[in-house]
Amino acid sequence: MKEYSVIGRPIPQVDSVSKITGRVKYVNDFVIPGMLHGKILGSPYAHARIMRIDTTKAEQLPGVRAVVTARDFPMVKFGIPGLEDELAFATDKVRRYGEAVAAVAAIDEATAEEALDLIDVEYKELPVVLDVEEAMKPEAPKVHEHAKNNIGFEVHHHIGNVEQAFKESDYIREDRFETPMALGASLGPRCSIADYDPISNQMTLYTDDVRPHLQLLGLARILGISEKKLRVIRPIVAGSFGNKGLIYEVCLPAAFLSMKCGQPVRIERTREEEFVHTRSVQPVVTYFKTGVKKDGTLVAMECRHLGNSGAYLAMGPRAVLINVGVFDVLFRCPNVKFDGYVIYTNTIPCGALRGISNRALNFGQQCHLDMLARDLGMDVVDFFLKNARQKGDITSARWKLDSCGIKECIQEATKASGWKEKRGRLPATRGIGFAAAGHCAGSRYGSDLSTALVEVDDLGSVRVISGRADAGQGSGTMITMCVAEELGLDVEDITINEITDTWFVPWEPGNYASRGTIQQGNAALSAARDVKHQLFKVVAKKLGTTPNQLEAGNKHIFIKGSPDKNVSFLSAVKEYRDSGKQMPLVGRGYYDPPTEDLDRNTGEGNFSIAYGFSIQIAEVEVDIETGKVTVLKVIAAHDCGKVINPLILNGQSEGSISMAIGTALFEEISYSEEGKVLQTSYADYRLPSVWQETESDTIWVESIDPHGPYGAKGITEVIAIPATAAIANAVYDAIGVRIKKTPLLPWKILHGLKEKNRV
Amino acid sequence: MMVIKLATKEQIELTVNGQFYEVVVKTTESLLDVLRNQLGLTGAKKGCNVGECGACTVIIDGMAVRSCLVLAVTANGKSITTIEGLAEGGDLHPLQEAFLQYGATQCGFCTPGFILSAKALLDENPSPSDEEIKRAIEGNLCRCTGYTSIIEAIRAVAGSSKKK
Repeated sequence: MKEYSVIGRPIPQVDSVSKITGRVKYVNDFVIPGMLHGKILGSPYAHARIMRIDTTKAEQLPGVRAVVTARDFPMVKFGIPGLEDELAFATDKVRRYGEAVAAVAAIDEATAEEALDLIDVEYKELPVVLDVEEAMKPEAPKVHEHAKNNIGFEVHHHIGNVEQAFKESDYIREDRFETPMALGASLGPRCSIADYDPISNQMTLYTDDVRPHLQLLGLARILGISEKKLRVIRPIVAGSFGNKGLIYEVCLPAAFLSMKCGQPVRIERTREEEFVHTRSVQPVVTYFKTGVKKDGTLVAMECRHLGNSGAYLAMGPRAVLINVGVFDVLFRCPNVKFDGYVIYTNTIPCGALRGISNRALNFGQQCHLDMLARDLGMDVVDFFLKNARQKGDITSARWKLDSCGIKECIQEATKASGWKEKRGRLPATRGIGFAAAGHCAGSRYGSDLSTALVEVDDLGSVRVISGRADAGQGSGTMITMCVAEELGLDVEDITINEITDTWFVPWEPGNYASRGTIQQGNAALSAARDVKHQLFKVVAKKLGTTPNQLEAGNKHIFIKGSPDKNVSFLSAVKEYRDSGKQMPLVGRGYYDPPTEDLDRNTGEGNFSIAYGFSIQIAEVEVDIETGKVTVLKVIAAHDCGKVINPLILNGQSEGSISMAIGTALFEEISYSEEGKVLQTSYADYRLPSVWQETESDTIWVESIDPHGPYGAKGITEVIAIPATAAIANAVYDAIGVRIKKTPLLPWKILHGLKEKNRV
Repeated sequence: MMVIKLATKEQIELTVNGQFYEVVVKTTESLLDVLRNQLGLTGAKKGCNVGECGACTVIIDGMAVRSCLVLAVTANGKSITTIEGLAEGGDLHPLQEAFLQYGATQCGFCTPGFILSAKALLDENPSPSDEEIKRAIEGNLCRCTGYTSIIEAIRAVAGSSKKK
């Protein structure tokens, strides 16, 4: 195993000092001189026709500078190319509670809020549909006229012949599962400041979106402003977890308001608005049917996947397309049938949350297989080992697993947790459960290109320019460490831009689908190698050798095998200048992996250059009087390819497990009959508090991916997925109650116990 | 008809991080808004504005309080510590140093609130038990860390040798 100077060190994140001193400025802290404060008027109904809007009184309120509705600007539909279905402001119809109908900019928030009350809107209520299976019935209210049975998108992936395979199976099991929407609920609410200059037609947008370059492209179309005149500025993000990726709901109203009055407009959501309006992982209903041989060999896997996309498709289609490949990323099975439907209802549109809809699919699949193994009298771990994918596998969706540590992870996790000793031997009300997950570490959508620059000044200071988003997961630190290793320098010698400004920062689609480590890491390495190449040319001349005989390390450049023949990095930079090159020393780099787009009809395609895996085992205690579940411990083994920074990775693991516990036991977004979100504060939506802090052990399996920087691959999503099912499986192990819809609330546990005792 | 107009603004005095301020505030304004908008001390964050997340925590007269729930006028004459007041000269406070070394800050939004809740605890009780540590920070929410590294950081400063 190669020895590295920087890679593998547990250093604090490079932006940590600014966070612990309170100096870091999120967009919520930005003040643009003269900025107004905006509020958005949302529909009080989940489904209604807009008959009339009268904004006169609001416009006349002293202190109001602009009021905007759909009438003020051409409303351009946006969404999935070819399936655009959404507008910035509703025109004739609202399709969810809180849908934007108007917006106000005023001298302060209080005035803006008062103005909202003065906007007179007449609605004609329409019948509401909230449940995905209700929405598919022919008599259901139509959310969109064009969508028969409210089906907005579908995908069908059929490999082999499942019907025949079921006939040949020794055993078949079927189950239905359901997961509601859960939120990232990060502490920083969404905020945007839009600053439009009507003279130059220039729009500057200060945002907290993790995809500013992509946001720019989308906004240009929707606002009718040339891309050349749009500038997006994005500082450190106050937590995203997928909720802050390419979502326009705050920046669009701010932008239109600014265009109306020619002044900067800031909109920041209140916490209540965050709960009502955040787009996150969609509610999903899954039907599983699996056929096996009596020794546990998988013969046929079938899934019917009903995604509740809410009022607009938004990220719904992407989520289900990715789930096609997720379905059999862990297992070898010759016959696979996946039918995914994306369905309109009068609820919040689909977004993403750490793992996108893999979270939903995983819960159902991992519980289903746990039960299947039990029916066969098999240890579920043995069942997994029997069917697990290995390095070199190509899945039915054509996902290429050039690294795969599933088996190693299973072995490490079962050993560390004492699985064999505990399984079936724990005292009553205690249980142990197992679950596995696999997910992408990249995402082709047209391209998966990342670019970067590495600049070196005359003092030898190295600056990395990367559009990566730091939302707490440490991408900037990962990139800094990679560049330091490559150039033979210390992390302290490198700085990286804190703010991404689309004017200065080269193309970067952003942080989603765990693409950061491979795509952004490799782009930065490519730029660092460009710098190295330029320096090596002049140093080779000085040392009387050729560039390929040189190596960088220990802040020096030296001849391989003869480290005494060297120049310091700083001397090399001086040499570069003195050799007549006055050009700034800049390395340019990019990385676009050789992957495929997902097929829109089948979801097939190797859309990520690598895939990460996570195996988790949870031990729980159930209080049968109160129904309360306590997670005693989680053992996790994650295949991350290579550990670049164990301090960051362990922090990610602990936080992910906490989030998965929340999903398992406390968190859901639910609606009243009229379609109003019921959870509107941290008191209602129960995030784990410090009292739910759970002991965990994390083992990192290094499968050394051939494509990733130093063998690493992105894993911040996959590690946040399986604990939920592991907990549900542990609860079943403890008390024999199977709950098929998260969260596993106490009343569900008690209800399950009552039903079980009745039987 | 007589219209009673209530005073909407008042002048108050605050000592923040040892510095004296005279500010004119609205009577309905929270201390959080005054700190952030008038004094430019943006370390205290608006996470929920209803006292449920702890991101706005500051220390008043030695007690950790939710500044979003404090009417600025009631803080008149008080001595307030915010995150900006912790580092002395060029040196980090031991809690800040510990948060750094234990990786207890990820996105950083909750961090000032946690550090101040911990400081209020340790200033009063230098050797708290794990239970006491948790009680002191139970009003601070974190979504990134799962709390483990935060507790470890505070425990390290408290000098407790007790392992979980």
